[in-house]
Amino acid sequence: MPQPQLATNVRKVTDDIAVLDIEGELTAFADKTLTDAYTLATDDGARVIILNFDNLQYMNSSGIGLLVTLLVRVNRTKQRLLTCGLSDHYKTIFELTRLNEAIGTYETEADAIQAAQS
Amino acid sequence: MADGTQQPPQTSNGWAQPVPKVKVSHVPEGAVNLNVDGRQLSGPLQGFGPMWQKTYSIVLPPGTATPEEAIRVWKENFTDFWLPGDHFYGPLSGLNPGDVALINSKESVPGGLLKLSTGVMVVYADDTSFTLMTTQGHPFSGWVTFSSYEAEGGTRVQAQVLMRANDPMWEFGMRFLGGHRTEDRIWQHTLSSVAAHFGVAAPISTEIVCVDKKIQWGRAGNIWQNAGIRSGMYMTVSPFLRFRSAVRGSRRA
Repeated sequence: MPQPQLATNVRKVTDDIAVLDIEGELTAFADKTLTDAYTLATDDGARVIILNFDNLQYMNSSGIGLLVTLLVRVNRTKQRLLTCGLSDHYKTIFELTRLNEAIGTYETEADAIQAAQS
Repeated sequence: MADGTQQPPQTSNGWAQPVPKVKVSHVPEGAVNLNVDGRQLSGPLQGFGPMWQKTYSIVLPPGTATPEEAIRVWKENFTDFWLPGDHFYGPLSGLNPGDVALINSKESVPGGLLKLSTGVMVVYADDTSFTLMTTQGHPFSGWVTFSSYEAEGGTRVQAQVLMRANDPMWEFGMRFLGGHRTEDRIWQHTLSSVAAHFGVAAPISTEIVCVDKKIQWGRAGNIWQNAGIRSGMYMTVSPFLRFRSAVRGSRRA
């Protein structure tokens, strides 16, 4: 299987909120990288996970599938999943795949944190 | 078989444009266009039953085909690789983002009691993968991603379904009337056809994971769009409509 072209960084911004910086390509091969980052954030006590897509270079349909399965995990543990920094193109993809109906999308990280705290 | 659409709405990076409602602009001869035109696309989050991820794959021996070749051939012959007796009316030009395909299927209905009319849209396509997303009323709500990549032992070619049964009736069919087995058969046959095209009899690997056991009761109302019920009603009523139309025609003559 090809190597994932995705790097993640987990930042805890409050006791309850963690930001996952997504950098590179979100494809099927990024499954483990994304899951490991989510697990790290969750183990650290995060109740809200914000995916920061500021440095997302590319996402295909398998990447969207990963977000769906991540959302299921988040819902199962009564956490919340939000996103920020999506380009207009990927906002359109969220609309096409109807992910926007289940995942809150915000322009900036500050907006997403504010929404998480409200 | 003719084109299922004209000028598909396409955006960059291989994705289709969002569409509020699916539009079928051309119906190939012999196809029944029911339960597709005017329907919304429906993903795994919009379905009713538990969420499943099913991965069917084969490995083509080294030198048989590159991932790009495998996907090109699959796109071009998708209709021919479909289960015999069922019809996938896709575009002649292959499958491009925004294309809509009609499906007329007896296999999808337990017992083959009626011919189901439904459809899918190509939401994503690149050189090594493409994805079909279902329309409202389809037996399952979700998408199927067909992809290929270099793996240990050759070129892996796979179909990965991420789905929930669309409504309580389809969920009943999936659980108790062999719906899941039928789906397995469809994709296993398709992959066998891909392998046969390259002159290979590759064993098919099937991996099934229940991603979410939860039933989304709030989506029970999807049953109003159930393509099986609507196809059944159409089959019942259409002979009378044809008779009435013939009588009116003869009166005018």
